[in-house]
Amino acid sequence: MTAISDRRQMAYIANQAADARVNLELEAEGMTLNIGPQHPATHGTLRIVVRLDGEQVIEADPVMGYMHRGYEKLAEVRTYPQVTTLVNRIDWLGSFANEVPFILACERLMGIEAPPRAQWIRTIFHELGRIANVTLFLGDLGVQLGAITPVFLAFRDREYVLNQIEAATGGRFHPNFDRIGGLKDDLPAGWIAETKASLDKIREFCNTLEDLLMGNEIFQSRTRGVGVIPADVGLAYGLTGANIRASGVDWDLRRDEPVGLPYDQVDWKVWTHPDGDSFARCWLRLQEVRESCNIVEQLLDTIPSGPIMAKVPRIIKVPEGEAYVATENPLGMMSYYVVSQGELEPFRVKIRSASFSNMSITPWLLKGVYVPDVITILASLYFILGDIDR
Amino acid sequence: MIPLSSADTDTTEEVVVDEGRQALLDAIRGELGEAVVADHLVPGQDLWVRVASDAWGTTAEYLRERQRFRFFSWSSVIDWKPSPWGRSQTASVDDAPDSPLAEVPEMQHGVTGGDTRFQVIGRVHNLGTQLGVTLKADVPDDTMTVDSWVSTYAGADWHEREAWEMFGVNYAGHPGLRNLYLPGDFEGNPMRKDFPLLSRLVKPWPGIVDVEPMPENETGGDA
Repeated sequence: MTAISDRRQMAYIANQAADARVNLELEAEGMTLNIGPQHPATHGTLRIVVRLDGEQVIEADPVMGYMHRGYEKLAEVRTYPQVTTLVNRIDWLGSFANEVPFILACERLMGIEAPPRAQWIRTIFHELGRIANVTLFLGDLGVQLGAITPVFLAFRDREYVLNQIEAATGGRFHPNFDRIGGLKDDLPAGWIAETKASLDKIREFCNTLEDLLMGNEIFQSRTRGVGVIPADVGLAYGLTGANIRASGVDWDLRRDEPVGLPYDQVDWKVWTHPDGDSFARCWLRLQEVRESCNIVEQLLDTIPSGPIMAKVPRIIKVPEGEAYVATENPLGMMSYYVVSQGELEPFRVKIRSASFSNMSITPWLLKGVYVPDVITILASLYFILGDIDR
Repeated sequence: MIPLSSADTDTTEEVVVDEGRQALLDAIRGELGEAVVADHLVPGQDLWVRVASDAWGTTAEYLRERQRFRFFSWSSVIDWKPSPWGRSQTASVDDAPDSPLAEVPEMQHGVTGGDTRFQVIGRVHNLGTQLGVTLKADVPDDTMTVDSWVSTYAGADWHEREAWEMFGVNYAGHPGLRNLYLPGDFEGNPMRKDFPLLSRLVKPWPGIVDVEPMPENETGGDA
């Protein structure tokens, strides 16, 4: 992070905070506005109660729980292989990525490791999930600013990746393909060539969108300098993924903690952006889709042969212990803390989902911004309701 | 205990030393002294530190201000009491009894031990050294209160609200313990082990009924 950018950020934040304070000192009654639960910018049913003074937000309070399903409780009465069905539904756009950290935590407790081929295929699906997820984000972003075209492009091109996921796993959104010790099945014939073709479509989509959206003057003026998050504040709130990398923090779990996933075998780059505003977050995600395409392509070329399943007992009993595994998911860091007492079912599963922590900054971040900016900030933070409510 | 890389580790092999985590553990022990009740270190994987209940807040403060653990990952609560509903609600058992078990098995605390039913658990991360540490502390049974982390890590706000409504643990110094997920008039703490999973009481899980029979052993089925 350069010094100039830092100073600009702090000045901007101080300005916003001062504005909000002036309004409070005037004891303005303010108006209460409900955004959601059925607003298109909320990706589901998130409700944000904002208190306004004129067009400025004095106070924002997200109200959640419209979709709370209690997965942590449900996991306690299910056997370990059954839990993956649940966790698929947390971030429903990049489902396979939800299974990976849970399976890795179980494997760590059992002291087994998946064979190399399974690790490779896992990483490929992890990245394909990211591509499918973030592609839709990029399209949806346009809609929230009034541009209709990108979302059609996104839905069209995402389908190429979803077709590949479906071809191998049988499920477009909920693959449920990961198993303790490996994978359910091997890749079908001809899959590698087809996947490479689909990656070309995604790269084309990225190029189009970079011209169409990121270069658009209206888009830039709506997002540049809006919703600035300083790195230290972001870290204290637990922001992860593209949100924190857009604030200049060079931290990616794929590179820094590659737990059982062969990211170190691939030549790739962690993107960061010093500005920390809405534009930086959007731009960064676009670059990450491209980078994911590179990763998948290299993994497809180097995929080793061999079995896809390690020796595991037919009935899985996880030995007593506690394990914590985090991976870099499309929305940020996702981790599971699994407590086992040697039974067929986990004793306690703590699910740390990325959107929950990413959204917890909103009461701080929305203070002092104008109403139209609320929408762009929420869009750029990128949350999925299932990932907040779990 | 968590097994190391494989079950057949030879004792004559050199013991793996995790220098980074060991140094961190020594520093925490040096600063907090008596407040560190237990610790558990798995070389190359993870570090657990259990502190006394009244040191829960100061430990976070020390780690953030002096050890540069700037990233707050999550915090939650574990209820160590085994479910009085036994395994009746689980998928591997066929039918559910109408009442809780007469005899509840004893509590087994995890890797760092424990004395109370509830333990708070939290995780923070140091981006410079790429080390994370899982902190635990007992929640006193009588007061059910520990210090809040909100003044140290702003992001603990929602995590503690969730733990408060799900487990009934109080956080002293939290700016506003309101319901996060549950409706305002909800009674009880659903994540406690003695709170039954009501859907299973209403309609028992079919359990093993819909599972096709497995051959007794893998090799014998071919002939």
